[in-house]
Amino acid sequence: MRLRTFKKGIHPPGNKERTASLPIEVLPLPQQVVLPLGQHLGAPSEPVVSVGAQVLTGQKIAEAKGMVSVPLHASISGRVVAIEPRPHACGQLTPAIVIENDGNERISSELVSNHNLDELSAEQIKDLIKQAGLVGMGGAAFPTHVKYSPPPGKQIEYVILNGAECEPYLTCDHRLMVERSSDLILGLLAFMKAAKAQKGFIGVEVNKPDAIANLKQAAAGLPIEVLPLQVKYPQGEEKMLIYAATGRVVPVGALPIETGVVVNNVATAAALGEYLRTGLPLVSRIITVTGQGIPNPKNVEVRLGTLIEDVINYCGGFKEPPGRIILGGPMTGPAQYRLDIPVMKGTSGILVQTRAEVEKPDHAPCIRCGRCVDVCPYNLLPNYLGDYAEHDKLGEAEKYGILDCRECGSCTYICPSRRPLIQLIKNAKSKIMASRKKG
Amino acid sequence: MLETEVVVSAPPHIRQGLSTERIMWLVVISLIPAVLSGVIFFGWYVLAIIFSSVLSAILTEVIVLKMMKRPLTIKDGSAVVTGLLLALIIPPTVPLRIPMIGAAFAIALGKQIFGGLGYNPFNPALIGRAFLLASWPSLMTKWVWPVNSLAWAGKNADALTGATALGLLREGTTGIPYLQLFLGNISGSLGETSALALLLGALFLVVYKIIDWRIPVSYLGTVMIMALVMGQDPIFHLLTGGLMLGAFFMATDYVTTPVTPKGRLFFGIGCGLLTMLIRRYGGFPEGVCYSILLMNLATPLLDRWTVPKRFGEVKAVG
Ligand code: SF4
Ligand code: SF4
Repeated sequence: MRLRTFKKGIHPPGNKERTASLPIEVLPLPQQVVLPLGQHLGAPSEPVVSVGAQVLTGQKIAEAKGMVSVPLHASISGRVVAIEPRPHACGQLTPAIVIENDGNERISSELVSNHNLDELSAEQIKDLIKQAGLVGMGGAAFPTHVKYSPPPGKQIEYVILNGAECEPYLTCDHRLMVERSSDLILGLLAFMKAAKAQKGFIGVEVNKPDAIANLKQAAAGLPIEVLPLQVKYPQGEEKMLIYAATGRVVPVGALPIETGVVVNNVATAAALGEYLRTGLPLVSRIITVTGQGIPNPKNVEVRLGTLIEDVINYCGGFKEPPGRIILGGPMTGPAQYRLDIPVMKGTSGILVQTRAEVEKPDHAPCIRCGRCVDVCPYNLLPNYLGDYAEHDKLGEAEKYGILDCRECGSCTYICPSRRPLIQLIKNAKSKIMASRKKG
Repeated sequence: MLETEVVVSAPPHIRQGLSTERIMWLVVISLIPAVLSGVIFFGWYVLAIIFSSVLSAILTEVIVLKMMKRPLTIKDGSAVVTGLLLALIIPPTVPLRIPMIGAAFAIALGKQIFGGLGYNPFNPALIGRAFLLASWPSLMTKWVWPVNSLAWAGKNADALTGATALGLLREGTTGIPYLQLFLGNISGSLGETSALALLLGALFLVVYKIIDWRIPVSYLGTVMIMALVMGQDPIFHLLTGGLMLGAFFMATDYVTTPVTPKGRLFFGIGCGLLTMLIRRYGGFPEGVCYSILLMNLATPLLDRWTVPKRFGEVKAVG
C-alpha cells in the first residue's frame, strides 16, 4: 500500500532512537514555576491573583483576554511571589506569574472531574476547551477553542489529530500515543462532538508502529481512523497533513476550516481528555529532552513554568559545554541563550547540540541548484524569495507568494550554499505586514 | 544564565550534508572517465592541456579576487570545474597557451566580472570556448583521428584527416560504425568523443542526485526527434560532436539554467532545437556550444514563465 503523504518535503535524519522507547517520567515538582501570561498566540491572559496570594494546583490565575486568548492555571500549589517581566523563549522579558512551591501539592477543590461526554452539549464542550486553557501543543500554541468557532455557514466534517511528529529528535507525542491513548481518544471524541464532525483521523508517521497499533486498538468501533503516514518533513504541517489525510487542498490564504477540517495536536487532545476525566486543566505537558549534549535523554512530564535548567539537570546536566540550546525541534525551534526560561504550553522539547554539531554560519551565494524549489511543500521558489528579501524587493517577493511561506525550513535545510533563506523570508514578511498595517 | 557561550541562530538547526564544495568535487570526479577517454584516444598530451587549463582557471580566480579585494573562493571548486570542462571541449592538438588563455578568459570575463559564482549568466567554460573559436579559428578546428581508429577506418584513414564525424556528415560520407562512435574512437574535442565515458560520469551524477534528468533527457530527446524530422540518423547525431558532454555537463550547470522543473524541460528542448538547426544550417558543423549559450540567455525568462503553481493557489501568478 502506498502511504499517505504530501508532495515534496525533506528527509532529515530522525534521531529519535535514543528516546523513542523510554517511558514518560514525571519530573519532581520544581521549587518555583514561572508562568508567562503570553504562552499562546493572541492576547496575553490577565492575572486574577495578586502577589502574596495562596494558589492551588489547577486554580485559575489569569483570565483570557478577548476572543483569541486562553486562561492560565497554577501548575503547582504555593504562593504567588511575583508578577513581573521574566525571560521568555522569544528572547525578551514578558510579564509572568511566579509561584513558589509550598511542597504540599494541594489540588484545587473546585475542579469538576468525570464529565460525561454524552451529557455535554457541543456548546458546553467548547466552553470546557477554553476553560481548560488549551492551546496547540505542537508548538504553534494557537488557542484551541477558536478553531471550534467556525464562521457562520461553515461545517466541520473532520477532526484530524496530528501525531506525525515529523520534527527530528522529538518523541514526546510518540510516547503519549503509546501511553495515554485513552485520554487521547476521549479528547478526540469531545473535539468531534464540539465540532459536530462525522469522523476523526489520527495521522501518525509509520516510524511509530507501536503508537499506530495502540491507537488502532483504542479506536476500534469508533468513527476514528488511524492513518499511517510516510516519514517525511513537514508531514505535520497543518495544510500538508490535511492533504495527506483527506486529499483536500486548503486554498492560499485560507484557514483549514474552508475545507471542513480542523487539526489539533495529539497532545492537545490528550490534555482535553485528561481534563474531562480528572478536572485538571492544562498544568503540565510531556517534553523530550535530548541531543548529543544531554547525557540521559528522556521523555518527561513537567509542570508548566518549570525552568529548562531544572529539566536539563534532571536529565544529567550538560555533557560538555553546549553549542546550542533549542526549545522544540531542530527544524523550527528557537535557539536560547539562557536557562531561566520556562517550559510553556507549546514547548515540545529541549534539544542540546554540542559545539561540534553547530556549523559555522558562513554562507555562499546561491548557485541556483534548484534544491530549495524541489523541496518546498508550498511550491514556492525559495531562492528567488530569499533574493528579493535580501534586496528589499518586497513587491516582487509578495507577487511570488512570500506570504504563503509557512517557515517550515525545508529550503534552508537543503541549501548546499547554506543560504539563510528562512531568516531572509521572515524579515521580509514582517516588513510587508508592518507596511500593510500602516497603509 | 549560562557561563559558556552558546550559538543563537535562526532555525533550522540542522543542515543536510551536501555542500556547494562537495557538489563541485563530485562533478570533477564524474569527469574522470572523460579525461581517461581523452588520454586513451589522443595520448598523454591531453593531460598537459587539462593541467594548463585548470591551473590557469585557479590562478586567474585568485588574481581577480585579490584585485577586487573579495574573499578567496577557490575551495568551492568551481574554478577547477570550469578549467576542466573547458579543456574537454577543445581539440587535442592545440598549443598549451590556448587552454591557458581560454580558462583565464572564462574565469575573468565569463564569471568574475558578473560577481563570481552564482551571478554569471553564461556557462563560463562555454564562453571560454566561444572566445577561443572566434580568436583562433584554425587552431580550434584542427582535428585528429585517434591512432587506433585506423584499425577500423582502414585505407579510408586519409580521407578522415582533418574533419570531425559531424563534418563528414555534411560532406555526406560517414559510415562510421555506431560502436566506434559510442566508444569515442573518432576525432573531436579531447573529452567529448566518448559517449560511454560521459554516460558513466552522468550516471554517477544522477545517482548522487547532483543533476536533474530533465535537461539532458529533453535535450537529447529533442535532438533525436529533430534528426528524424530532418531525415537524418538520430543515433549518429546523438553520439557525435559535443552533444553528450553538453547535455549532461554543460546544460546542467546550475547557475546558468532554470531552477523550475518545467523551465528545465523547456531549456533542454530549446537546446535541442537550436543544436539541430545549427548542425543542419549553421556556419559550423557543430552547434552545442552556441545553443547552450543562447539558452543561458533565456534562463531568467524561462524561470519567470514557469513559476510553479503554489500549493492551494486558485489563480495563476499575474
Ligand atoms: S519557502 Fe517557506 S514553506 Fe517553502 S520550504 Fe522554505 S520555509 Fe518551507
Ligand atoms: S538550494 Fe540554495 S543554492 Fe540551491 S537554488 Fe536554493 S538558495 Fe540557491
